[in-house]
Amino acid sequence: MADQIYFEDVNVGDEIPKLVKNCTTQQLVMWAAGSGDMYQIHYDKDIAAGNGLPGVIVHGALKNAFLGQLLHDWLGEKGEIKKYNCQYRGMDVPAQDIICRGVITAKRQEDGKSLVDLDIWTEKPDGEKTSPGKATVILPSRG
Amino acid sequence: MTEEAIITDEMRAVIGKEAEPLTVEVDKTAIRWFARAVGHTDLVYYDEAYAKGKGHRSIICPPGFLGHAIHTPDKPTNIVGNSVKRPPAIPGLKLMRLLNGGTEFEYYGEDICAGDTLKSVSKIADLRERTGGLGRMLILTTESNFFNAEGKLVATERGTGIMY
Repeated sequence: MADQIYFEDVNVGDEIPKLVKNCTTQQLVMWAAGSGDMYQIHYDKDIAAGNGLPGVIVHGALKNAFLGQLLHDWLGEKGEIKKYNCQYRGMDVPAQDIICRGVITAKRQEDGKSLVDLDIWTEKPDGEKTSPGKATVILPSRG
Repeated sequence: MTEEAIITDEMRAVIGKEAEPLTVEVDKTAIRWFARAVGHTDLVYYDEAYAKGKGHRSIICPPGFLGHAIHTPDKPTNIVGNSVKRPPAIPGLKLMRLLNGGTEFEYYGEDICAGDTLKSVSKIADLRERTGGLGRMLILTTESNFFNAEGKLVATERGTGIMY
């Protein structure tokens, strides 16, 4: 974990530290058990092929959870996720980097809280954004 | 050729209707499995003494985890083998294939910890039609609200399903 970040430390346009994932098929099976999503296209390549896929694909919700980790690791223990989302626009596959990134788009005060809005997304090594989304987080203020 | 609308008045009538509440349990082993699957490194998701030292009641839910519904063999499961957060059925729907279009989680500043039992109330928030690469599609938006034992809203999960 990095040092605690404060509202005053960040600016619109800043990129937060990226998080790079690279799934094994074992990780996808762990996710199936952990999330309860037992859909076979994520661990059975014959069923994936029968669905017209090149092979097993990474669960969309796992990429959403990666973006949750991206935010959590940046926020530190005094920061808080208020809301985050992503859309599943492109497929990701095992043994290929999934790069999780975020850029600050706004800073604002609401109900006495210091809020930061971000664009967040996962991208492939070639830069294609496969899961674009948005987040709103609460950062501690130095006051 | 006039295309028949996918969404009928009968379907539109289910928008906003809440399904039967589900009881959702949050337990330590499930949190650890979820955190391991993601690759979380923060001990607050694994070590109860550490989490308590940080002011939490127990290990806490990682982003995107809101427990599992209690499953018994008499309950139906969906295509992914999951009985969690089932929205109301859509009457007369002929489209069978489903893609996950997106997910949103919203939190309201309350810790959600191992040992908590939540009540989840789901509904279809919206139905829309769109024509795209997969032909005529139904865009289904679901919303599940999660309440803690005190009845306080602790999280909302919104999902977009694409049926084609």
